Amino acid sequence: MTVGLQIRGGTKVYPGTKALKSVDFDLHMGAVNVLIGENGAGKSTMMKVIAGVEQLTQGRILMDGAEVHFNGPDDARRHGIGIVFQELNLFPNLTVAENIFMGRERTRAGVDIDMAAQRRETRALMARLEQDIDPDTLLGDLRVGQQQIVEIAKSLAQHARILILDEPTSALSAAEVEILFRVIDDLRRQGVGIVYISHRLEELLRIGDHITVLRDGRITGARTMDGVDLPWIVESMIGEASKDYAKATDHPFGPEVFRAEEVCLPRAGGMVVDHVSLSLRAGEILGIYGLMGAGRTEFLECVIGRHPHATGRMFVEDRPLKSRSVAGRIAQGIALIPEDRKNDGLVQILSIRENMTLSSLDRVTTGIHMNLGAERRTVADFVRRLTVKIASMENPVSSLSGGNQQKVVIGKALMTKPRVLLMDEPSRGIDIGAKAEVFRVMRDLAAEGLGIIFVTSDLEELMALSDRIVVMSNGRVTGRFDRKDATETLVVAASAKGHALHQKEPAA
Amino acid sequence: MSDVATPARSGPSSTQALLVLLKARTFIALILVFAFFAFAAPNFLSTANMVIMSKHVALNAFLAIGMTFVIISGGIDLSVGSIVGLCGMVAGWLILNGIDVGLGWSIQFNTVEICLIVMVVGIAIGAVNGVLITRLNVAPFIATLGTLYVCRGAAMLFSDGRTFPNLTGNAEYGSDSFRLIGAGTFLGLPVSIWMLIAVAVVAAYVARRTPLGRYIYAVGGNERGAALSGVRVNWIKMFVYMFSGLCAALVGLIISSQLVAAHPATGQSFELNAIAAAVLGGTSMSGGRGRIGGTIVGAFVIGVLSDGLVMMGVSSFWQTVIKGLVIIAAVVVDQAQQKLQARVALQAEAGA
Repeated sequence: MTVGLQIRGGTKVYPGTKALKSVDFDLHMGAVNVLIGENGAGKSTMMKVIAGVEQLTQGRILMDGAEVHFNGPDDARRHGIGIVFQELNLFPNLTVAENIFMGRERTRAGVDIDMAAQRRETRALMARLEQDIDPDTLLGDLRVGQQQIVEIAKSLAQHARILILDEPTSALSAAEVEILFRVIDDLRRQGVGIVYISHRLEELLRIGDHITVLRDGRITGARTMDGVDLPWIVESMIGEASKDYAKATDHPFGPEVFRAEEVCLPRAGGMVVDHVSLSLRAGEILGIYGLMGAGRTEFLECVIGRHPHATGRMFVEDRPLKSRSVAGRIAQGIALIPEDRKNDGLVQILSIRENMTLSSLDRVTTGIHMNLGAERRTVADFVRRLTVKIASMENPVSSLSGGNQQKVVIGKALMTKPRVLLMDEPSRGIDIGAKAEVFRVMRDLAAEGLGIIFVTSDLEELMALSDRIVVMSNGRVTGRFDRKDATETLVVAASAKGHALHQKEPAA
Repeated sequence: MSDVATPARSGPSSTQALLVLLKARTFIALILVFAFFAFAAPNFLSTANMVIMSKHVALNAFLAIGMTFVIISGGIDLSVGSIVGLCGMVAGWLILNGIDVGLGWSIQFNTVEICLIVMVVGIAIGAVNGVLITRLNVAPFIATLGTLYVCRGAAMLFSDGRTFPNLTGNAEYGSDSFRLIGAGTFLGLPVSIWMLIAVAVVAAYVARRTPLGRYIYAVGGNERGAALSGVRVNWIKMFVYMFSGLCAALVGLIISSQLVAAHPATGQSFELNAIAAAVLGGTSMSGGRGRIGGTIVGAFVIGVLSDGLVMMGVSSFWQTVIKGLVIIAAVVVDQAQQKLQARVALQAEAGA
């Protein structure tokens, strides 16, 4: 097998972080090169470099031995590189055919779009992908899985020599995955070099020829797929050296503060959250692990009351959570730190002070009158307790770094005096130092008797912080572990349940 | 770095000074406009002119205060002008005819009752806007555009498009005091100015010192974030449209009292003047930012400008052009201020 594309000494620096640290990567032609690593390990950055979306800060890209420079995605496309991004880049208001030929329309005399030719070619592509999709359907009318097929068809239409698939199966049904794998087999035989990124280990083991593991911007393992097994992958992903996270303090747990029974969140054609039951004790940190789309975020949103049509029973300190509104749930002792800090967690235009007290203005209000002095004192108190570094609490919250913004969100949640704190990916988008501080805060809060449920995609974090672990997959709970029994391998295996192609797992 | 950044480089103290100047720009503009007309237009500074001018400004200022809350919450209310017209007609109808219950007799109202009924009508129309926007998910622009037409048409239907004349009221029913709303004075100031002061003080207090006000800003800044923080977004939106309707009803009462007549076309394009005053006063059309004080100064700039130009004998065509230019200039300067302010805050936080 030949190597079609190489990266040598590739380094990519973003302001504040090094996303890639001198990586050497070989892309084999006529083979499936699988790429694996945790979120933020640098997989997507490396693929963006290959696709010309981002440029290397240092290092070279070689194609067939000659150095190439991609100044933009167009350059890469001219070299025969196609990429299917994790987030779909499609136009829901246009038809399938129009989407596939976007930017490369078949025209007569360079002006008039040849709709007939586009339809014909689209029909041929759909036949190859065994999809019964009419070229004139509006893209927005398709299911997400079908949209992903269209995205793949778009790359096929460009006759790519190298095809990068970034988590292509995350929205596909089992049958659609089978079809995709047949197409991939087909392409491989035609000599196309495929890069396949996925968190689903069964898939990787099944179709991969070469595997490359990334960790913290470095390549920590690269070999052919022969003899690769789960423990090898997990070890390469996690490594031996553990980061300096706050160690668990051994405090006794209190009585149960929260219980969820049979929580379900239906969506068209299935369940996002499928009969999830769990309980939490005072002072306990419960980690929820799972892949993207496993329903973890949605479960937390059900608890805080964002989805009024969710079903199931929930109790805080044995009192049923009756209120359907977020405000009512907060009043009953639930607080959420959302995953998407920018869009869900903060009001960017308002000041640090106004953001922090937004959920608990009643603390500083008598009648309708807010005591601004008391508000400032309360904020100053939390700023000190959470060691938020700010110049003035009157500055807009958007002027803070990610870590400090996260602390403002935590402060906002704590001001409501919650009994149960829900944290969705609390370390996302903040640097290592700030992470350690956020974890220390979590530990301290638990020691003070708060019950914490946190969602993470980072195994190391999960292992370091959780007193108990719940693993979710496809909306269901597929594993429950005590900290002392849990191993990375067990957790990863549980997170992949329900995605296996020829097996059925009973709900755990 | 482009030329725009030059002021920031000349040291922190001059940056701060520039920022203060930019923040006070509407007020400075008001002083400049005032000073200019004091020289250029004879009798501009006379007490009589001041009173007349503030009566004009007050009408726009009422609407602009309601509009400011709506815009801060991330919406827009195009229906206020029509609500003014409709409420004026309701007042005129109540004074002239009362409510005919169809049994050969009718219910007549005194001034206070008339005012209350008209205010309820204004609030109710605002509530309709609110329900359309929160429950039926109609975009604020469209919902209020619809009520704009409906209310204007309803105002016409009241009288087949004719004016209700001679709204002097009837002493027997206690409605003869209706004229005082527009013509009366208290401590030398017109009643409508006292009403404006009261509404402005309440609105400014609500904006700065009550949770309701804070929630209005939060909803406009980030609706999803506010909802997840426990803000009852729909209630807040209902409030701002109902309050805007109330402000419009007050203007309808004042105008029909001042003119001692109610005409169904009253208030046409008032909504645009109100939006202009709010924007001139530093309210961001994308929501989350604005002050009641700024809006009132903005209303004064627009009012003083148009009255002054009239007194100078400038053609009304040129007046319209000048008004447009002032609004555009205000927004351009506002953008410069926002950029500078963001940079100053970033520098401060980077140093923390």
